[in-house]
This record gives sequence, structure tokens and C-alpha cells, in this order.
Amino acid sequence: MNTNTNRVLACIDGSSLTEAVCDYAAWIAQRVDAPLKLLHMIDHHHETAAISDLSGNIGLGSQEHLLEELAAVEQQRSKLRLQQGKLLLQAAKERVIQAGITNPDSNQRHGSLVESLIELEDSIRVLVIGIRGKVHENQPDKIGAKLESIIRSLHKPILVVNDAFKAPQRIMIAYDGSKATEKAIDMVAISPLYKGLTCHLVNVSKDDAATEQLLEAAVSKLKNAGGIEVTTKKLQGKPDQALCEYQDKHDIDMIVMGAFSHTRIHDLLLGSFTAKMLVNAKKPLLLLR
Amino acid sequence: MLFLSKKQDWLGNISGDMLAGIVVALALIPEAIAFSIIAGVDPKVGLYASFCIAVITAFVGGRPGMISAATGAMALLMVTLVKDHGLQYLLAATLLTGVLQIIAGYLKLGSLMSFVSRSVVTGFVNALAILIFMAQLPELTHVTWHVYAMTAGGLAIIYLFPYIPVIGKSLPSPLVCIVALTVIAIYLQLDIRTVGDMGALPDTLPIFLWPEVPLTLETLQIILPYSVPLAVVGMLESMMTATIVDDLTDTPSDKNRECKGQGLANIGAGLLGGMAGCAMIGQSIINIKSGGRGRLSTLCAGVFLLIMVVFLDEWLSKIPMAALVAVMIMVSIGTFSWSSIVKLKQHPLSTNIVMVATVIVVVWTHNLAYGVFVGVLLASLFFANKIGHFMYVESKLDEATNSRTYHVIGQVFFNSADKFTAAFDFKEAVEKIVIDLHRAHFWDISSVTALDKVVIKFRREGAEVELIGLNEASSTIVDRFGVHDKPEEIEKIMGGH
Repeated sequence: MNTNTNRVLACIDGSSLTEAVCDYAAWIAQRVDAPLKLLHMIDHHHETAAISDLSGNIGLGSQEHLLEELAAVEQQRSKLRLQQGKLLLQAAKERVIQAGITNPDSNQRHGSLVESLIELEDSIRVLVIGIRGKVHENQPDKIGAKLESIIRSLHKPILVVNDAFKAPQRIMIAYDGSKATEKAIDMVAISPLYKGLTCHLVNVSKDDAATEQLLEAAVSKLKNAGGIEVTTKKLQGKPDQALCEYQDKHDIDMIVMGAFSHTRIHDLLLGSFTAKMLVNAKKPLLLLR
Repeated sequence: MLFLSKKQDWLGNISGDMLAGIVVALALIPEAIAFSIIAGVDPKVGLYASFCIAVITAFVGGRPGMISAATGAMALLMVTLVKDHGLQYLLAATLLTGVLQIIAGYLKLGSLMSFVSRSVVTGFVNALAILIFMAQLPELTHVTWHVYAMTAGGLAIIYLFPYIPVIGKSLPSPLVCIVALTVIAIYLQLDIRTVGDMGALPDTLPIFLWPEVPLTLETLQIILPYSVPLAVVGMLESMMTATIVDDLTDTPSDKNRECKGQGLANIGAGLLGGMAGCAMIGQSIINIKSGGRGRLSTLCAGVFLLIMVVFLDEWLSKIPMAALVAVMIMVSIGTFSWSSIVKLKQHPLSTNIVMVATVIVVVWTHNLAYGVFVGVLLASLFFANKIGHFMYVESKLDEATNSRTYHVIGQVFFNSADKFTAAFDFKEAVEKIVIDLHRAHFWDISSVTALDKVVIKFRREGAEVELIGLNEASSTIVDRFGVHDKPEEIEKIMGGH
């Protein structure tokens, strides 16, 4: 049973981050002792037309001809994509096997990534995904078009990879005392993933006294769990800037935080902290939902 | 929900959608004019309707890339209403049609389409093609040879122009046909009928107006008998077209949303002086063929249509009817399911009968709803008949105990109930009868009544009857309707014997 649930799922698409995604997924899978699955999606982009004939006339059997023609064109395309995907998966598999994973699973599916992930959600323990796919590969100021919907629709931890792999030593937890981050602390405390790491518990706010209490409670939780070295820090200023500066200064390898706890409308009007962090952070973000 | 659309439905295919939209708009104009003429109203009624329906379904329809506008199927249903009561009642009927379709959408009647079998759908489109063709005949009777020559020339242009290299595939051939025939007619000063002779064309943008009918029960009595078939046919053709587009594009659609969308579009059409419409099979195929996929293609078709019609009305009125007839014959040929004729020999007779019956009833009554009704009914009867064959009874005599065991296998229902009863030998003198129903299914009261009769008859012959293995599905029905274990009911059932 356990092999089917609680997998680390790595989404690969052949962009420049694919290798890093494999490495991080392998790292997590080894630390939490969970099976690893590699997923490649073939998105068909049905919204664009494969052929376009502007002659505008229809004759005997037009519908059947058109169907056959479209099917033939799409068959060719899909075959090519299937082949490319297989090669990608093969390369990724070899990479994670080298990293020490035995028997990684690989899966190729048709359709949109978001829908597939929602279907697979129950079997996911941690999702590892690159911050941007092939489309935005060369636009470092943009995040992947589907990333936000993926993060919003899944309720599992998601590691967003934005840089080449470096085994995390120091992690930073962005903590504001909200329910989401409270849960994040609980998860960090019980998960084997963080054992032996240095953990910086960072809070950005103005109110000192209340913050102090919050931090203390969180620290004791983490310390009780054992195996985690905790330092706390209070920062001031704009949360995303302050956190990123802190991350730079202390050479943090991974940022742990809650994600998109507000509704889309709220974020549309006021801007989303998570979205800002996704754009600005230089190191992978582990989003706990 | 009705107004929410995915971004990619609108912006996923911008250039393809715009181009396809223009091609479709060019083909929509002759169709809208032709269907207005069928319905007996001014061409502007059909043109406004096509604009309005295309634009509204672009936003609220459930099938991106499908083209809806004024259609022949709907136009044929309103002929007598227009003739007897005039345009205003048609507009009121259009509004009511929209309301009925929205109600149907909320009642999720779109799922009823599952009862419409493949052969009924084929019959429907074939009948539609024949009706569109027949509607062109008045333009081709009692006319000079010029009209025949023009029509034939038009068809030749439509089908041969795409073979010209380079420009052939980038210029819509129906447009080339219309322009060429118009130029010829003007140049040769031919005295043949033009669009301008058929009634008023739009000269302004459509304006909002409430139909000038008294809001009385009498009005409702007039329009309801038209609105109901309009709503039914509109939804049927829209659902069928949506399925065709689904297949062609390999993407799903929301059928119930489409029902509501069609309803809203018809309400909009009614308020802007347009006639009722629905999705169009031929135009949707043209749209997909031209590379249209998203909602933008439908919107462009509607908007371009209006722009062209309002600003080119001078030229529009000079188009010879022969050009429109050529385009409509093309639509009719393209709508016809050619493969259904080719495959007549391969398909089972019952399927062919359903298809042909649908076609005949539609062509006879000019009402697609009747054709579909007859088709669905026939298909159901054929199905019941087929399933009825999946029943047999075998038996074995045990001489030691003087008992016979009957094994009933298969489906017992109204159609096979008589066969079921006839399978038992009541003349045989045995002491005990066992009826094993392990592998039988009892579907309805007819089958239960048949079983009761069998049991009672055996009892009257002096045998002990034991039923075994009533499976769950059967036993629920037997429990609810069965009488064989209630003595007072026995005489009632067998009273006549």
C-alpha cells in the first residue's frame, strides 16, 4: 500500500530546471524514505489549430475528411512528443538512480498538468516542480503560468525549484503566527526531512512583544521534536524583501513557508506575498499548505 | 458560472480565430439571408439574429469554436407563424424559446441527448441537408436559363477555386463565388432576382425593442406551440453540433451550459429584432477547418458579419440570388453525411430503418423534432426487441422425485414476457416445479405479472412451486409488485380463466 501513496512526485518537462528538480526530489525521497515518481505531461494545446484551410467550402464527406486529417496531424505530433518525453524520463531516471534512489517510478500522461496533479493528489507526499517551464525558460522575472493554479489547487507540500541543486544545510522558516505557518511548524517538527539541519525561524513584523511569544512557542515545538538546531530572528520592513536579504546574508539553502492563504480576489487587489516570494527568492521554496 | 471562461478559450489562438471568424462571417451572410427568406421575413431579421446569437454564444456558450446563428432548421418551424401572425409574434416566440431553453439547461436536459442514437443523429443531419436544399428550389423554378448558368458557375467556383495554387487556399471560395457572380450580373445587366428584391436589409446597428404584442394568455397560446418545437430543435441541433466539434477538436464541452447559452442568445436575438437560431453544423465545420478553435472565432464571426452588413448594404442588395443558392447548395452538400450512404450496406437493417425513417418524417413534416421523436422511438423499440432475444428457459426432469426444474436465463421484460410464459410446459403432470431465476433479470411489472401467472398456473395443475435464486434486482421488483404469495390476489389475476 505504502508504495502507492506518499510518493515524492517530480514534474519534469525538459526545461533547464529539470535536472535540479530531479536532484531535489531524490534528496527529499532519500531523507523521508519515500518512493520517487517522475511525471512528464504531454499537453496537447487543443486551443490552437493544427491545420488551417481558409478556402471556406464544404463538400461531400467534409466532416469525415477533416476529422481524419486532424487526427493524422495530431497523431504525428503526439508520437514525437511521446518519444521526446520517454527520452526525458529515461535521462531523469538515470540521474535519480545515480543519486541513490532505487526503483524510481516514471509516468507519462496526456493532458494538462494541473488536472493531472489534482487527480494524483492523494498519492503525493511532496511535489517537486520547477519554478518555470519551457515557455518562460529565459524570463527570470516570471514564474510558470500554471504554478499558481497548481499551488492553489493542491493541499500537499510543494517544493518550487529555482536553482541548481545544493543539498540544503540551513533552512529558513518564514513565520508570522498565522494558522498556515503554525501548521508548517508542526509539519517541520514531525518530518524526518529536516533532521540535522539548521533552522532559522524568521518573523517579520512590528509588534515586538507579541512576536516574542509566538516565536518562543514555535521554537519550543521544534526543539521538542529534536534533531533540529533552531535560531530565531525578528526582522522589520517589507516581508519579502527582508526575508530575501536575510536569506542572502545567512546563506540559507531553502525557504519554508505557507502559501496562498488568501483568496484570489484578495491577492488580486493587495498582491500576494507568496507570489512575490516566488519571483524574488533565489533559493528553492518549500510551500506547506 | 455562465460568464466564466478559461483565458485560453479566448486568447489561445488569436490569429487563427480571427481569420476563421472572417471566413465564417462571409459564409454566414448568405445563409442568414437565405434562412430569412425561408422564414418569410426581411433579410435583416436573419442578419441581426446571426450577429446577436454568434456574439452571445461566444461568451456564454458551452462549446468554444462552435458557430451559432440563424438556421434553416429553426426557420422552417416559423413559416406559418410569420404568415399568420407577423414578425412581432415571431420575436415574442423567439423570446419564449430562449426562456424554455434556459429552463432546460437548468434542468440538465442536455443529458437526455444520450437517448438520441447515432443513426437518429445521422438521419437528422441528412434531413437537415435535404431541407436546406429543398428551400433553394423556389429560387430555381420558373426562372430563365441565366439563373441555372449562374448557379452552376457559382458551384464550380466554390469547389474548383481552392485548387488554384497560392490564392486558392487563402481566399474563401464562397466569397469569390459571390463577388464573381455579382460582378457578372451587374456587367451583363442580367434581369435576375437579387438580394435587394427579397426585403429590407440592415442599414443601422440593431436596436433594442420589445416585441409589440399584447401580453395576454391569447398571445401565449399563439406562440407556445411554436416556441416548444423551436426550443427542442434548437437544443437538438446545438447538442449534435457540439458533439461534432468535440470530436473534431478532441476537446470536451459543457452541454448544459450550451443549452443555457442558446437560451440567452435567443432572448438577445428576440430583443434586437432577430429570429430564433441555434448552432450550425456546416458553419462549425467551416470554422474548425479554417483553424478556428476558441470563443474569439465565434465572436469575430458575429462582429465581422455586422460590420460588413451595415457598411456594405448597398452592395449586398446587388448580390444575385443565384450566388446565394450556390452557397446554400454547398452548405447542404457539406452538411449531408455522405458516409451514412456509403455504409448503408454494412449497417444492420434496424439502424438503417431508424435513419431513413427520421429523414422521411422530417422531410414530410418540415419539423426536425418530429423526425427525432420517431427516430428515438423506433430505435428504442428495436433495442427492446434485440434485448428480448437474450432470454431462454431450459428445464430438466428429475424422475425420482417427479419434479422438474426450469432454469430461466436472460432478460425478462414487457417484450420477452410472453416468450417467458410460453417456455413452460403446463400440461406435464409433475408434483414439484422448481424455477431457478439465478441468472434472470426481471425489469418491469410485465415480467413480474408473467412470473405470477406461471406460478399460479402450475399451482392450479396441482404442483408445488418453488422459486429459487431471485437475484437482488429481480427480487426488489417482485417484492413490490408480486402477488403470487398473496392468496387473495390469485383469484383476481386468474379470474378470467
